[in-house]
Amino acid sequence: MKIKWPGNSITGTLASFKHGVHPNESKELTDHRQIERMPFSDHFILHLSQHTGVPSIPVVKEGQKVRRGELIAKPGGFVSVGLHTPVDGTVTAIDLFDHPKGQMSPAIKIKTDPFSPQISRQPPVPSPEQLPLNTFIELVQRAGIVGMGGAAFPSHVKFSVPEGKECKVMMLNGCECEPYLTCDHRVMVEYSQELLDGTSILQHFIGAEAIYIAIEANKPDAIHILDQACQVSELPIEVVPLKVKYPQGAEKMMISAILGDEIPAGKLPLDVGTMVSNVGTIVALSQYFRKSLPLVERVITVSGTAVRRPSNLLVPIGTSMREVVDYCGGLTDELARILLGGPMMGVVQKSLEVPVLKGTSGILALSHDEVSDFDTYTCIRCGRCLDACPLFLNPARLGLLARKSLWDEMEDNHVLDCFECAACSFVCPSGIPLVQSFRVGKAMVREKKARMASEKG
Amino acid sequence: MNKDWKNGSGVLNLLTEKMNEIVVAAIILVGLGLIFATILAVAYRKLKVYEDPRIDQIEELLPHANCGACGQPGCRAFAEKLVTKEMTPAKCTVSSSEQLEKIAALLGVEAGSEEKRIARLLCAGGKREAQNLADYQGHLKTCRGEAVVAGGIKACSWGCLGLGDCMQVCDFDAIYMNEDGLPTVIPELCVACNDCVEVCPKNLFVLMPIDQKLIVQCRSLLEGDLAESKCSVACTACGRCVVDGAPGLIEMKENLAVINYELNEVASPAATRRCPTNAITWVEWQQFQPPGKIHSPIGRVEKYRSEVKPV
Repeated sequence: MKIKWPGNSITGTLASFKHGVHPNESKELTDHRQIERMPFSDHFILHLSQHTGVPSIPVVKEGQKVRRGELIAKPGGFVSVGLHTPVDGTVTAIDLFDHPKGQMSPAIKIKTDPFSPQISRQPPVPSPEQLPLNTFIELVQRAGIVGMGGAAFPSHVKFSVPEGKECKVMMLNGCECEPYLTCDHRVMVEYSQELLDGTSILQHFIGAEAIYIAIEANKPDAIHILDQACQVSELPIEVVPLKVKYPQGAEKMMISAILGDEIPAGKLPLDVGTMVSNVGTIVALSQYFRKSLPLVERVITVSGTAVRRPSNLLVPIGTSMREVVDYCGGLTDELARILLGGPMMGVVQKSLEVPVLKGTSGILALSHDEVSDFDTYTCIRCGRCLDACPLFLNPARLGLLARKSLWDEMEDNHVLDCFECAACSFVCPSGIPLVQSFRVGKAMVREKKARMASEKG
Repeated sequence: MNKDWKNGSGVLNLLTEKMNEIVVAAIILVGLGLIFATILAVAYRKLKVYEDPRIDQIEELLPHANCGACGQPGCRAFAEKLVTKEMTPAKCTVSSSEQLEKIAALLGVEAGSEEKRIARLLCAGGKREAQNLADYQGHLKTCRGEAVVAGGIKACSWGCLGLGDCMQVCDFDAIYMNEDGLPTVIPELCVACNDCVEVCPKNLFVLMPIDQKLIVQCRSLLEGDLAESKCSVACTACGRCVVDGAPGLIEMKENLAVINYELNEVASPAATRRCPTNAITWVEWQQFQPPGKIHSPIGRVEKYRSEVKPV
């Protein structure tokens, strides 16, 4: 495969994709703050469906003692991963608890032993260099490693390359194009050795011709540190600075920026010979194989001007959002809205009594200055959403169709390809809730398809 | 040519020459027409599909609502099934009984009788009963829109969001939002077309025969005080209705009372009498009616202990 560089190093322009938007980055609140380790809270709530796919199946009983890093739920199928307790403690309940998505879902509640250590005392994991591929995939699944970028797609599914396909280019995603979030930035700065170690483990099994670490140009310290580390590395690895633009970190956009290839609708990056992993995922891989610590904690950003001490925290998974916010000094009176995830794609929360999941990249407490409530007007057909949509869809038309509840026509206009980056809602001068109505449309189309399938079969 | 033009015979020759051409053309066209006519005539005979004229007549008599309540994709498909006698006219729940009689007379069959089914909302937590955790400020004022934002603002994640998607989608104006913010189905107008069942993001509507009067108006899977803290009319899984109802009629599944409608004949209002939250109710005709307006006078009236006679 020929690597094409749309960026030009002589003129100083950086590689990027077409369309997109430039939201206010607001990363200065946390981008210089070191990652802090958050102490254990008294209770942990570990949801069985933290990832995309089938929920995990609990393997512990109420009253059972568990130790840090122990498996408490096994994978429920191939597209599913294991779940581990982040603390020593006792299982107090397996019941329904509030999930950040809004519904109640089954979870395991663990009461923390006050003497719980932060080191893992699990038996050592065999050295990955001596393992066959299928054992490696099995171990990654058991370790509960999922994509840490937000969607929490099980990593072992991504790593198992199907027959007839080949991964020629591996990309590490350190773009972090969402405003406010700095967790990947800090991971790249502080865990650069683990990142390269995890890459070498993965490279041993994938055998890519080239490895690129994609970083947006607004993280010069991360680019500098990783560039130096790459130069002494034996891997065919290189740091690629990318233009600061949203949604640069979406995998399709990243591939089109670096390789110039467009992934056809409904296809995966592997269909064009590439594999994209978040940097946090790769660090988790290294942590598991070198320190035998499965995915029990992750780095999240707590930011926004309504939180007293914005920080980057290493949080055990299952910590309640309220504990995290209290650890950051609590909330100020200017609080207008709380989001899980970034401001563009994150979900507004109605309560703080929900736990941090494997896919949670940040908690944002936005003040009234940062939130603007537009009134909604009719579409004036200015076409700004067409210039913003990175997938070249027609958000204006889709919005009109959604307003008239014409779900079938929305499907004909490729609403299912939309990955809800919210660039169209961001630029709309009429304040039309475009992405929200696309989410409704996608749900209606999927439900209709499921109904048709169940009627046929 | 100029020479010919001057004497008359030249003109005549020219005319006959032209006439010949016209005649030839006319013969060719008539011949072609005959060939095509033959093909069409043969095709008409060979490929003819007989369509019962009664299908058109019946379609005229049907309500043209294309609602799908009969289970067919539209009124014409239903008319076809009627003519082949695969279905009975009574399957159309939209037509009046006189109209159904007309259709039955045309076909020479019995109109048949179909049990009246209506949509029932399995949630009674309106503005007064259910707790809210937040204020929904989105501009997309639909249940579907609210549901994609962290599942809606209600504390109970199963409860009715009350923005009236079902009222919007109903073609028969059979649903209105009552003063408590709950969609109320008017049994006289509901034709059980399934539209509200499909649109509800919380899956709260169920089509039920009208004689299933014992209804658990709750979907919450929580237990006891936790359920009641979120909504004052939630099923708390106390199990009193299981004891009070006929044996086997009611069963507790995942902290929710589930009625076995195969035993519907033995259902009685007795099962509802000791329900602490009124989650299980006896619905005579329309849902969410205050006890005064209810068709049969079954409200929850607690008697003083002195009035209860020892058995």
